[in-house]
Amino acid sequence: MANTQAMCTSFLGELMTATHNFTTGTGNTFKAALYLASATMNASTTAYTVTGEVSGAGYSAGGVTVTNGTSPISTNSSTTAGVGYWTPSASITYTGVTLTTAFDAVLIYNSSASNKAVSVHTFGSQTITAGTFTLTMPSNTTSTALLRLATV
Amino acid sequence: MALITTTKGEMDESLLEKKEGSVDNDIEYTTWIEYWLDGELVHRSAHVALKQSVTLSAEAASLA
Repeated sequence: MANTQAMCTSFLGELMTATHNFTTGTGNTFKAALYLASATMNASTTAYTVTGEVSGAGYSAGGVTVTNGTSPISTNSSTTAGVGYWTPSASITYTGVTLTTAFDAVLIYNSSASNKAVSVHTFGSQTITAGTFTLTMPSNTTSTALLRLATV
Repeated sequence: MALITTTKGEMDESLLEKKEGSVDNDIEYTTWIEYWLDGELVHRSAHVALKQSVTLSAEAASLA
């Protein structure tokens, strides 16, 4: 059992049914939930689940709301190719938590659309004791954004 | 005098043993800080900076 970083496959199809709206202000609400290192979150994850989610003092099931201060951006790199990309506009922070069982993944999901999954991101296993866990996002650029949709 | 939130409540940092560390690889840059009291971990915080995107490749098929 292990978590694997991936864009969720169900999310790909849902992009073509306008299920997800990342527009700042008027779009959907996205949340970030943490998962134990023993969980199995990956491309086949279709929605948020409590199975395998961390639990402990100060942590609310479902995680925290993702700050979305910048709508997705689309940039053409040629007449036949380009990139659409999006990154949360602030770090994802869990303050005052105690999570004693090792966790190593965060699921981004759409709490406005039946908690449908967006992506799984992994990192080295962590525990937190009466402290704060912070996930800082990569720069929101065509090559480093958290979510990238690129033509080939 | 800095106060640290611990499993035993707010404590003066000077009473605690402090340990720090970091991990830097292709996936993340992580820093962590721990405070110990008489061999017991009473505070641990971590800060993970993600480095990798997840990328979807899209293609429009040719009309044959």
